[in-house]
Amino acid sequence: MFDFQIKDPSTVYDVVIIGSGAGGGMAAHELTKAGAKVCVLEAGQYFDPADPKYITQMKQPWESPRRGASSTRAFGDFDAAYGGWNIDGEPYTTTSGTEFHWFRSRMLGGRTNHWGRISLRFGPDDFKRKSIDGLGDDWPIGYDDVKPYYDYIDKMIGIFGSNEGLHNEPDGIFLPPPKQRLHELMLQKNNKKLGIPTIPSRLSILTKAINKDRGACFYCSQCSRACLAYADFSSSSVLMIPAMKTGNLTLITYAMAREVLTDPTTGLATGVSYVDTVTMTEKVVRGKTVILAASAGETARLLLNSKSSRFPNGLANSSGVVGRYINDSTGASRSAIVPALFDRKRYNEDGVGGMHVYTPWWLDNKKLDFPRGYHIEYGGGMGMPAYGFGWGIEGINEKYPTRDGIKKAAGGYGATLKEDYRRFYGAYIGMAGRGEPVPDYNNYCEIDPNVVDKFGIPVLRFNYKWSDYEIKQAKHMQDTFEQIIHEMGGEALGKKPDAKTNYGLAEPGKIIHEVGTARMGNDPKTSVLNSNCQAHDVKNLFVADAAPFVSQGDKNATWTILALSARTSNYIIEQKKMGNL
Amino acid sequence: MKKRDFLKNIGLSSLGMAVMSTDALAGEMLDGPKPKPKVKAVSPTGNMPKLNYGRTKDEAERDAKLMAEKFLTEHELKTITVLSDIIIPADKFSGSASQAGVTGFIEFIVKDKPEFKTPMRGGLRWLDSTSIRLFGKDFVSITPKQQIEIVDEIAYPNKVKPEFSQGVNFFSLMRNLTATGFYSSEIGHKDMGYVGNRPNNWEGVPENVLKEFGLSYS
Repeated sequence: MFDFQIKDPSTVYDVVIIGSGAGGGMAAHELTKAGAKVCVLEAGQYFDPADPKYITQMKQPWESPRRGASSTRAFGDFDAAYGGWNIDGEPYTTTSGTEFHWFRSRMLGGRTNHWGRISLRFGPDDFKRKSIDGLGDDWPIGYDDVKPYYDYIDKMIGIFGSNEGLHNEPDGIFLPPPKQRLHELMLQKNNKKLGIPTIPSRLSILTKAINKDRGACFYCSQCSRACLAYADFSSSSVLMIPAMKTGNLTLITYAMAREVLTDPTTGLATGVSYVDTVTMTEKVVRGKTVILAASAGETARLLLNSKSSRFPNGLANSSGVVGRYINDSTGASRSAIVPALFDRKRYNEDGVGGMHVYTPWWLDNKKLDFPRGYHIEYGGGMGMPAYGFGWGIEGINEKYPTRDGIKKAAGGYGATLKEDYRRFYGAYIGMAGRGEPVPDYNNYCEIDPNVVDKFGIPVLRFNYKWSDYEIKQAKHMQDTFEQIIHEMGGEALGKKPDAKTNYGLAEPGKIIHEVGTARMGNDPKTSVLNSNCQAHDVKNLFVADAAPFVSQGDKNATWTILALSARTSNYIIEQKKMGNL
Repeated sequence: MKKRDFLKNIGLSSLGMAVMSTDALAGEMLDGPKPKPKVKAVSPTGNMPKLNYGRTKDEAERDAKLMAEKFLTEHELKTITVLSDIIIPADKFSGSASQAGVTGFIEFIVKDKPEFKTPMRGGLRWLDSTSIRLFGKDFVSITPKQQIEIVDEIAYPNKVKPEFSQGVNFFSLMRNLTATGFYSSEIGHKDMGYVGNRPNNWEGVPENVLKEFGLSYS
C-alpha cells in the first residue's frame, strides 16, 4: 500500500488550486489578495523569467550548439515552454482513426510563459452561437457578464490595441499599439482593396509601463522566451510571483496531481492527492475549496480519475459530459515571397513578439458554406537568422533573376549564392488562420483503461475528428491567403493544400487551444459546471482553466480564461463571506 | 590549379591569407605531398559555445552527452570543411563557412538530429567514391579544380545528369546545413545586416524606406 503522507496534517488551506497557468495564476492572485490561505500545486519546476538561470531572452543563436533548433523544445531552444507535445514518461493515446496532439508545459506559469500574447475578448456573438446558427450550444452567460472582468484584466495585466467599434471584436482598455512593420503596412494597403480589414493586433505586451513592478517593452520580439522585464503577460511573472509576495500562498512545485479527494458522506472535496515527482512519494494536501486549473485536458483527466463509490463515473460527472466536446482552434497557413521586398534596406525591425496587425473575422457566415469564422495572423520582416535560415533556397533562386538581371540555375554555391541569401532576406511573409470549430459531443477525451504514466496515473485517450465545418473553413482560408498574396504581388510558396490534406487544416491539438472538457451550463444533465464554473455535483469544487468553455470563437482562449477565473474567484470570495463555502 | 589560384579566381585575392581559417590552410596542405597536417583540420568541440542558455537539467545532460559523442570522423569533417567553404566562401562582405564555425555546427547537429546521420555519412562516401572513380583519389585529395568539377555536377538540382542524381540531395543538404550554420553565426548576422536582438525603441519603418515604398503612417 502507498504510504499517503499528509504534507502538513495541521494545515487545511482555504483553497487548493491545481495548476499555475493563466487560470490557476489568476485565481491564486485574486484569492491571496483577498486574504485567503491558498496552496497551488504545480506539476513542473519553478520558473521566473527574470532569474538568469532560466533566461533565454536575447541569447544569440550561436550560444546554442544547435543554433536554436527544435530538437528538445518544440518551438526551439530559446522558447520558454518546458514540455511539448511529447513528454518522456507522460504519454497519452488516441482511439484508432482519430488524432490529437496534447501540448503541456511543466513549469510555474505553464504555457503562458511562451504563448503568443494574442489577447482577444470574446464578442457578444461568441457566447450565443446556437442562437445564431443552431449549432452547438449557447453559453449560460453573455458578454455583459464577462465584460467587467475583461476590463479589469486589461487594466491589471495590460494590453495594447485599438478601439475600432466592431460589434463582435469588443473595444477594450488599450495601451498604444506599435507602429506597423514594412510588410504590415503593405498588407494593410493591399488588403483594403480586397475588403479585408487589417487592424492593430491586441497583445498583452506593455508598450508603456503600467506599474513599478513591471518594465515596458524594449522591442526584442522574443515574448516566446518570456520577458525578463515582465513586460508581457506570463502567469509566472504577473500573477504567481506577486501572489507569493502576499504571504498567503504556498506553492508546491514538482507536484503531479493524482486525484481530488472527497468526503464519502458529504460528497464535498477535501483536498488533493499528488505525486511528489522528486521523491516519487504520494502526498496529500487539504483544502476547504478546490479549484482545478490544470488545463482542459488535465482537468478532465483529474475528474475522471477521481472515482469513488459516490462518484463512480468520476467526480462531478453525473452528466457524463466530462471530457466531451473537447475542441481546438482550426489552423491553416501559407507563406509567400514578395519580390518588391528583395534587396531591402536593413534596419532593426524586431518590434514586439508577434504581429503588429491582424485581420479579425470580416464575413457573414450566412452567405458561406461553413458556420464559423476565423481571424488571420501575419508574419514576416527581417527576423533574427537562426536554425532553419536559408533552408530550401534551391526552390527559390532559379525563379528570380539577380539584381543585374542574370537568370540562374536552381541551387548553386559560392559568392553568388551568398548574394541570393542577402537578396531574399526579409522578403518572406506568412499568414495563418485561426478559426472557430463547432464543438461536438463525439469529440472527447477519456481515461485509457490500459495505460498509465510513469507516476502510475491513468492517462487520457483522445477521440477527435474534424468535421466538414472545419474543413470547408480551412479551404476558405487557403483561398483568402492566395488572394492576399496575389494582391501584394507575391508568389505563394509550395503547392496549395487541397482536399487530400484537408486544405492544410492542422491536426487537432496542434494549435494548442483545446477547451471545453467540463463545460458550463444551466442544466446539470448536459453540463459539468454552473455559470460560475462551480461543479453542479460538488459545490466546493471549481474549474478555472479552459475546460468550462462552451465554445471558443475564433479568439485565442487566454484572455477569456483569465476573465472567467477572476470572475469565479470573485464568486468564491462572495460565497465565503456569505458562509456558503 | 593550386587551391590558392582557385580562391583567387572566385574573387578572394584581396583578402590575403590572414583571414583564412586554419581549416582552409590545412586543406591547402593536402595539395602537397601530404604530410600529416600539424593543424588539426577541425576541432569538433573546440568552437562549441559554453552552455549558458537557460537549459533545464535534462537538457543540459543531453547536451553534455551529445558533446561527448563522436560520430563523424576526422576525414569526414575535413571533407565537410572543404565543401562548406565552397558553398559559402569568404567574399568582400564576410568570411567563409568554416570561419563561422560551420564544421563544428554540422558535427553537432548530425548527432542532435540523428535523421541526418545516414544522409551525411552516406553522402560523403558517395562523394569520395565518385571522386575516386573520376580522379583516382578521395575528395579532399583531388585538386580544387577537380573538386569544382564534381560540385558542378551536383549543385544544380534541375540540371543533374542521371548518374549524379544521388549527389544532388546530399549537396542540397550540405548547402542547407552550411547556410543555416553560417547565417546563425555572429559572422553571418553581420553579413546579413541583422541589427536586432537588443533593447531598442521601435518607432516604425525609417522615413527613407517608407518613401521608397510609397507608404506612410498617416
